[in-house]
Amino acid sequence: MADELFAQALAERVLARALGHGGDFAELYAERRASFSVSLDDRKVEQAQTGIELGASVRVVAGDATYFGHVDGLAEDDLERVAAEVASAVGRGEAQPRPLRAGERRPTQKIEIQPEQVPAERKAELLVQCDERARGAGSEVVQVTAGYNELRRQVQVANSDGLVTGDDRTRVRLGAQVVARSGDRVEAGSESLAGHAGFELFSGDPATVADEAARRALTMLKARPAPTGRMPVVVGNGFGGVLFHEATGHGVESDAVQKQASVYAGRLGERLAGTLLTAYDDGTMPGEWGTDAIDDEGTPCQATRVIDKGELCFYLYDLTRARKDDRPSTGNGRRQSFRHLPIPRMTNTYIAPGDATRDEIIADVERGLYAVSFAGGQVEPATGDFVFGVSEGYLIENGEVTAPVRGATLIGNSLDVLKRIDAVGDDLRMKSGFCGKDGQQVPVGTGQPTVRIAEITVGGTDV
Amino acid sequence: MSDPTDGRANGSVDVERAAELAVEAALAVGAEEADAWCEDAVNRTVRVFGGAVESVLEAGSRGVGVRVFLGGRRGYAYGSDLSEQGIRDLARAATGAAGVTDQDEHAGIPADAGAAQVGPLASGDVERWTMDRRVELALAVERAARERDPLVSNVEDTVYSDSAGRIALANSAGFRGAYEESQCYAYAYAFAGEGDDLMTGMAVGVGRGPEELDPEAIGHEAADRAVSLHGARQPASRRCPVVLDPYVAASFASVIGGTLSADAVQRGRSLFAGKQGEQIADRRLRLVDDGLAPDGLATAPFDGEGIPQQRTPLIEDGTLKEFLFDTYTGRRGGHPSTGNGTRGSYRTPPSVGPTNLLVEPGDASEAELLAAAGDGLYVMSVSGLHSGVNPISGTFSVGATGRLIEGGELGQPVREITIASDLVSMLNAVGAVGAHARWVPFGGSVKVPALLITDMTIGGA
Repeated sequence: MADELFAQALAERVLARALGHGGDFAELYAERRASFSVSLDDRKVEQAQTGIELGASVRVVAGDATYFGHVDGLAEDDLERVAAEVASAVGRGEAQPRPLRAGERRPTQKIEIQPEQVPAERKAELLVQCDERARGAGSEVVQVTAGYNELRRQVQVANSDGLVTGDDRTRVRLGAQVVARSGDRVEAGSESLAGHAGFELFSGDPATVADEAARRALTMLKARPAPTGRMPVVVGNGFGGVLFHEATGHGVESDAVQKQASVYAGRLGERLAGTLLTAYDDGTMPGEWGTDAIDDEGTPCQATRVIDKGELCFYLYDLTRARKDDRPSTGNGRRQSFRHLPIPRMTNTYIAPGDATRDEIIADVERGLYAVSFAGGQVEPATGDFVFGVSEGYLIENGEVTAPVRGATLIGNSLDVLKRIDAVGDDLRMKSGFCGKDGQQVPVGTGQPTVRIAEITVGGTDV
Repeated sequence: MSDPTDGRANGSVDVERAAELAVEAALAVGAEEADAWCEDAVNRTVRVFGGAVESVLEAGSRGVGVRVFLGGRRGYAYGSDLSEQGIRDLARAATGAAGVTDQDEHAGIPADAGAAQVGPLASGDVERWTMDRRVELALAVERAARERDPLVSNVEDTVYSDSAGRIALANSAGFRGAYEESQCYAYAYAFAGEGDDLMTGMAVGVGRGPEELDPEAIGHEAADRAVSLHGARQPASRRCPVVLDPYVAASFASVIGGTLSADAVQRGRSLFAGKQGEQIADRRLRLVDDGLAPDGLATAPFDGEGIPQQRTPLIEDGTLKEFLFDTYTGRRGGHPSTGNGTRGSYRTPPSVGPTNLLVEPGDASEAELLAAAGDGLYVMSVSGLHSGVNPISGTFSVGATGRLIEGGELGQPVREITIASDLVSMLNAVGAVGAHARWVPFGGSVKVPALLITDMTIGGA
């Protein structure tokens, strides 16, 4: 990072003050956020906006309790005052931070073209291209929305264990949503391209996101009502990874595990799926949406094998939960901004590829559903019950993909579904998304190859 | 943080002056029109677990958003630096952003229309309460949940949160307005049973200040909801009548409110476009957007662009009366703004959205709703609503838990099901409206009673 957000001497003063009334751990986290976004809707480029925010937070952990305060700006007086206020809430004894030791910074992701250097007109042009391409896809396309976003987060963190480090993160995203109408039927399709990357991400033909969004909307116009009941479901690669993210990923986050609020609690070493299933959380995948050099507590991001050949082998930790289980953090302590507490979060989560081809996996299904893309999903970690809306789905009849269906929802229980995965394809692909938890949104990557679930409940409108 | 008189962690900022400065700065760098929204708020959140504090947060939110118009183009910039230089930089950034947008003849700020009269929006308790009292309240909620029933096996998450602050809006047409507001909520997630039988129940209470919350009632309700689902099984698929409890009805009301925005209509994204004056729901249904409801947390004297908030009937006796407008959609549609130019925070420019959405209560008691359903499903929670509803076509399929209704009474608890229909069919299938409406902070500020829907598809085994 070119610019330090705070000087080391200041950080040492703030940390000493934060531990002035005791505590096991103190941290100063500072962040500068610079964003630009512009959108196109109804053939017009609009909503161009920039945002600049600068602030810091101070946190003290005492036993199982965390005390947190934050301040806008990085004025020295403000930082010391917020540290004193947080300390006064702890109110038990006194502790000393270790001296800060400046270590080697982890390399940041390579950004070839800083988006800030690209004229805003060029960003608006991307949107116009998307509009043209989507409208050219078919006469039924009636509306196109496209959005471009960039966000640069410069973060610096120092803590009472002596750590001081930082990261400089640039993310860009282009998304398109297309509405198609035929008679009384209206359907929407969307697609996005995003990464921890600079403007070089759009150097090819970025308007393919519009082609893909339009194809989805037009396909769904021809869709018939989804079937209802239990059946085999083949989950498409890429987007399908959101299923593993929701159904299993949230359940292996250590906060839920430690509160006995996850069906995965107490199951390390247990065989939960067939040997064909291996899955990772990997915050180091170059350029991926959920990748960083360090997490938001300064721990280097890493690859964590969560499931190894069907056996549950790891939970995802931040510093606080790791301390409680007396083990190192896995680099999963993430926060939305300096206004938020870090909590255990996924980075890029994916199912590792197997060796079946997509066609082989589908050919074995007599009657089922091919779920290509999801509108999103939700899980209750305590019970493992989850639900996913299928935004692009097809019937599988006699081993072949046939008619598109609309209104399908997958509903199941994560432990049950893991056991029922009976085929894993060779076509791993990653997609980007936003994950919400405790009111905080963070960018995450999800991915998988084509995967088959032998039986799961499909909730449609057709009984 | 423990000193209640020193709650304003960010120091005192004159939000009115900051908003005025931002407008002046925008005009000085070439904007023809401008408005600025400034807020300075403090949020305090206490989370407890197992009878002890898990976390105590005190976080300020202070910033300004500037919207500029020049040559029919619009730009926006926001930031947290309220120094004169910081504000000037924002004004320049907003003007720069406007340069890349397309001209739009309807863009602009409204004429000064004053503000509506509303009662006090802030409770002094929020500032008066010490952090220790907040912790006590959260612990009381958790204790009430844990001790309610022997089946309660865990209370995973109990939170008390409040925010209090001051908001100011200024624009180049001379509007100047400011108000104080506060709100708070507490919720608990209780578990009943163990292992494969474990089910969860959530309850929430909302108010302007902590004195308005009943910690025991919130804890008890969370426990009761979990216990009531204990022993849930997946039932067979079927079509049947469904009773939506107020939590679930609120989620659907919020989705329907979104489809009634003039923005969705004008951009071809509302299934109710062109249906004004038509019967779109059963006659029993009345839906109102009430920006002045005395106990509504979205109540304010003016909206995000300085239009007085108002009461707007949306659906009356089943007939679609009105859409929600802000200034832009109003000009585009030849209709006055309904005071629905809402802002999430200073980070976003105003856009059309509901204020307080109210489904007017009917006359059916809960027993009568169940009796009218006969054999059906009582839905207590839905999940995946953001992904399971297609707001354009209106079709939806969402995950649900609840109880079967057997012979007009609550029976077997059920899980791992979906409920599916489409919004048009659902609105027309409203068979009875509950007599007791309550506020539910799901998807906005919503007050709804339970609703009987005479036909839905249940996806199960």
